[in-house]
Amino acid sequence: MEKIALRAVGLNKWFGDGEAKTFAVKDVSFEARAGEMLYIVGPSGSGKTTLLSMISGILEPNSGEVLIGGDDLWRLTSNDLADFRLNKIGFVFQDFHLFPRLTTAENVAIPLILKRMNWGEAIEIAKKYLDIVGLANKAGLPPVKLSGGEQQRVAIARAIVSQPDLLVLDEPTASLDGDTGRKIVEFIKENVLNENRCIIIVTHDNRIFEYADAIMKMEDGKLLGIERVKHEK
Amino acid sequence: MFGIFKLALKLLTNDKGKFSALLMGVTFAVFLMIMMMSMFSGILSRASSSIDNVGAQIWVLDPAVNNVSSSIPMPDYVLDFAKSIKGVKHAEPIYFGGALVKLRDGTYQGVTVIGLDDATLYGRPNLIGGRIEDIFAENGFIVVKDAEFDKLENPVIGSEFEINDHRGKIVGIAKVSQSGLFGVPTLYTTYKRAITYIPSSRFTMSFVLIESKSPEDVPYIQDQIQHLGYQALTRDQFTNKIANFYKFHTGLGINVLIMTIISFIVGLSISGQTFYTFILENLEKFGALKAIGAKGRELVAMILVQTTFTCLIGYGLGVGLATSVMILARLRMPDYAAQVTYSNLSLAFVLVVIIAAFSSYVGVRKVLQIQPFDIFRG
Repeated sequence: MEKIALRAVGLNKWFGDGEAKTFAVKDVSFEARAGEMLYIVGPSGSGKTTLLSMISGILEPNSGEVLIGGDDLWRLTSNDLADFRLNKIGFVFQDFHLFPRLTTAENVAIPLILKRMNWGEAIEIAKKYLDIVGLANKAGLPPVKLSGGEQQRVAIARAIVSQPDLLVLDEPTASLDGDTGRKIVEFIKENVLNENRCIIIVTHDNRIFEYADAIMKMEDGKLLGIERVKHEK
Repeated sequence: MFGIFKLALKLLTNDKGKFSALLMGVTFAVFLMIMMMSMFSGILSRASSSIDNVGAQIWVLDPAVNNVSSSIPMPDYVLDFAKSIKGVKHAEPIYFGGALVKLRDGTYQGVTVIGLDDATLYGRPNLIGGRIEDIFAENGFIVVKDAEFDKLENPVIGSEFEINDHRGKIVGIAKVSQSGLFGVPTLYTTYKRAITYIPSSRFTMSFVLIESKSPEDVPYIQDQIQHLGYQALTRDQFTNKIANFYKFHTGLGINVLIMTIISFIVGLSISGQTFYTFILENLEKFGALKAIGAKGRELVAMILVQTTFTCLIGYGLGVGLATSVMILARLRMPDYAAQVTYSNLSLAFVLVVIIAAFSSYVGVRKVLQIQPFDIFRG
């Protein structure tokens, strides 16, 4: 039986009140499994990013539950929620959001530093993760000296450096050309995904659909369905 | 938390352009504030230099007198009365007046003449040349070797000069702790010679200097002198009276205050605006930190570290720059009146703390408003 990494139950998010009330996400329930790469796909405005924000603990739903390891994320205090994100969730943002004035190693070390790890130790661990993403020789460079694909890999290293159970990626290929985008997702699948980790990717880039284990389709804030893919070994 | 502070400092200092602009703003503001306050302190200190140089414990004066150089002569009975007060160890007269010295090239130089009581020479300066008893010699004067000394063409012992059409002779060279405010040389002589050489009104005594038997006697002495219609002030009280006169009755204080406030506002504006721009440019990054798991208080701590660090460095640079300018100015102009005091440094520090608090406030306000969701939404 597969381990459930995340369970969303009856998630609703609306903006505005009265006649102006608009549902961004409407009554969405689903399960994401450990060891699975789940895509949330759909047209712009379908509620993908809003859903991703709710399940990763950065946007509070109006109703519904997000259960990770049996805990409802949104019953935690704001400080506990911040700790939860720091320890359990890794983020890769669409625009990477790397600090241009820090070196790549320092960028990767940020979650460890936020976890109060000693600076030197954090940098050493960050270098190991840069090695994992194939950028060991770029540890001392600022992100602006790297290509888009390399910057994406630095962002991935930062996201996994604290060994999260859940990795969320928002449009990871949007800033990359097709070939680089495919390579990045292939890299994530082969090197980042493991049996205890669930990766959720928001995308509308159908060139990378072939790497998905499950594809969740959304439209107008509603979940149309989840299709689980069986890959040939 | 040390790692987070280091992260905050790296984010700040690695942005060399912004960091330099921030530093420049604070440094410039501190420099201006220190310069203005130090010049004012210097002026106040010089204005009361005679009080320190004479060193008397209590000064008796007409209540209308605001500074040493514009004394109102008092009748002799004030001295007699002072001597009769219980608790007075001794009381002596002193004369302060202005005269003209004719230099060798025929030009005139204004001087301050201090006439010391002939019997006691109370208030005499420390000599670095000559003997004090020679002041009783014919036409004997002691010249003070201060920043104004060369205006008398660097006299030596034995130098003769003409003062108010009388002959004068240098019999000693003295050292004082501080020069006067008005940039004129100082000559000491006996009381009798001073009032002989310098035209006087009916009364000649500028001040009466009192030494009490014990500090407990001072209030009683002051009370008695007040009953006579005069004022008896301790050294500190007289210094404060002079300071208050310059602060509140000459326009000098308010001008310096305005300049200090303007400097503060300039620093506040430059630092606040630059730091606000710095925060705006990094706002998304702070949002990303929030999303990753940074708590609000950690982001606030980062901003506080950044502003505090900038302001402390700027404060140090500003103080250093102001001090260097003063040292350089004094090399060229020995009578340059400016002095850095602990009060000036403290006040400037308080103002810098306000600049840091304001800069932090604008940054913290913005950073706390950013929602991690905004980062996802782009």
